[in-house]
Amino acid sequence: MIGRNSLYGPLDPAPDAGYAAPPPRKGFFTDTSVCIGCKACEVACKEWNDVPENLFEMLGTSYDNSHSLNANQWRHVAFIERPGTAPVPDRPAVDLGMPTVGAAPSDVPDEAKPDFQWLMSSDVCKHCTHAACLDVCPTGSLFRSEFGTVVVQDDICNGCGYCVAACPYGVIDRRQGPEGDPKVGIAQKCTLCYDRLTDNQRPACAQACPTESILYGDVEELRERANERVAALHEQGVMDARLYGNDPEDGVGGTGAFFLLLDEPEVYGLPPDPVVTTKDLPMMFKRAGMAGTAMLVGAALSFLRRPR
Amino acid sequence: MTEVRHGGSPGRARDGAPGRKRGGKGGAEQVMVPEADFTSYYGRPIVKPAPWEKDIAYYLFTGGVAAGSSLLGAGADLTGRPGLRRVARFGSLGSLGLSIGFLVHDLGKPSRFLNMLRVAKLTSPMSVGTWILSIHGPFAALASGAEIVSLLPASWQRVGPLRLVAVLGRPAGLVGALTAPPVAAYTAVLLADTATPAWHSAHEELPFVFCGSAAAASGGLGLLGSPVAEAGPARAFAVGGAVIELAAERRMEQSMGLSAETLHRGTAGRWMRAATALTVAGAAGALVGRRSRVLSMVSGAALMAGSLCTRMGVYEAGLASARDPKYTVVPQRERADRWVPGDDRQ
Repeated sequence: MIGRNSLYGPLDPAPDAGYAAPPPRKGFFTDTSVCIGCKACEVACKEWNDVPENLFEMLGTSYDNSHSLNANQWRHVAFIERPGTAPVPDRPAVDLGMPTVGAAPSDVPDEAKPDFQWLMSSDVCKHCTHAACLDVCPTGSLFRSEFGTVVVQDDICNGCGYCVAACPYGVIDRRQGPEGDPKVGIAQKCTLCYDRLTDNQRPACAQACPTESILYGDVEELRERANERVAALHEQGVMDARLYGNDPEDGVGGTGAFFLLLDEPEVYGLPPDPVVTTKDLPMMFKRAGMAGTAMLVGAALSFLRRPR
Repeated sequence: MTEVRHGGSPGRARDGAPGRKRGGKGGAEQVMVPEADFTSYYGRPIVKPAPWEKDIAYYLFTGGVAAGSSLLGAGADLTGRPGLRRVARFGSLGSLGLSIGFLVHDLGKPSRFLNMLRVAKLTSPMSVGTWILSIHGPFAALASGAEIVSLLPASWQRVGPLRLVAVLGRPAGLVGALTAPPVAAYTAVLLADTATPAWHSAHEELPFVFCGSAAAASGGLGLLGSPVAEAGPARAFAVGGAVIELAAERRMEQSMGLSAETLHRGTAGRWMRAATALTVAGAAGALVGRRSRVLSMVSGAALMAGSLCTRMGVYEAGLASARDPKYTVVPQRERADRWVPGDDRQ
């Protein structure tokens, strides 16, 4: 169905895609303020979805050795080490008798220790309201599910790679290996565990997350919880907390998977203000039509001169 | 240099810690404007470069030659220029064949090429382009077939099917000509409808650059292969195309913003400089050498080479703009910061 906002603007994607009575839109709210960087989401995702190995190397980028979201990495935990101190909570911590985190006790006074803060965030496909990958797919392999998510049909994709260049977040990618894998050559990304959703199960990453940093549910409800959470953090003095992707008025019509971040998006490797490329598609076709017409007229004019 | 082995984009993992840093990569080139301040995650790209081989850049060129040649072939057919008609029709057939070869070869699963035809999607320039090629191709090929038949001995030309091909040559050539401009123009939309900074930001002017480039290349082929007496239209088409290409490219750089600099740096910069030199020289030579077969041929070859260089340059600039997070972050950060009033973000 083609509506006024089919290319840009607020929209409920499943009805726009033609579903008569779809279930509520599903998504993730990833609250990075409670992420502990355990990577259980990465592991659970690989196990459930049978995503093959990516790389086994120490990248020298804090604890991040899985590099990026790509065809073989559908959840990716970013680690950012930076100067600064963690915000002081508004009430003293309760001693639970747990093992402590950090360096062993030493004689070095606190003010002589380097300032240090760790940001951790589990990134994933955003399941955009206006998904450029889906729009540009020439085979119809990428489709909108009844849950409002964006899923690749492995047996249809012919590996043209157009979606890879179209994604404003650099999520989807063509699988390059390992050799012999049946999905080599075709586009791969997070499906929001489509095969679990149809069985009323939570996606594997959300199921495995020990701190509930990854929340799964109805997008409407998650947006409310996100607003409450960011307000609570502001109240506690964490003024850097901000939501990313929750706004239906943004460049991609809001994302199905959105985030609470503690710094600018680009610090986490996220684009600060992405806009779906197909927003400008009518203009592109118009300009191409003008250029093509000019070419036709130019060719005709070239023959108007009398032959000598 | 660490690389992601499977499924990933090449990594530049040890580019340094995140945080405000001056610019992206340093380079030997002297830059007069200061590099923009921006933040990134270990200098890693945000958008992924198109996972295409150079095949796609070659296709941009051969598709342009095919489209322009169809137009010249039909015009030559209608105005009685058999020499020009022959080279244009053979140019059309040859470049169409090469185009399809490049396109199929670049797929991750070439055996599933026909999956392109299971849907027709207006939101996918690649789908639109596939259908444009599917309509244009058979007509252009039929016109070229008539040209082949005309080379056969007269007795063979009377054989039923061959005679039919010969008779259908002109109408097929006309349909081919009418469907040719979309073949030349859609490739610009194909590149522009991506998150690749240098391609998307060029979306208003790129169709004119590509159509001009197609005219220059196919006109150049006409100059290369047809006798001087018949080459007038090819000369006019080529020079007109070259002028449009050069003018639109200058305009495009004005409208691209930051990512325009990718057209001047590294591999893309070398291709673009070569493109300008070859196109200017070829157009000048074509104008001066209207009575000289040799000068016409050299000019035609230069115009074709210039067109190829333009396509390579635009292609490489796009990939370079995707590999450096600067071209994604800086324009978006500027846009986001302009939106502070009424914005509920921090």
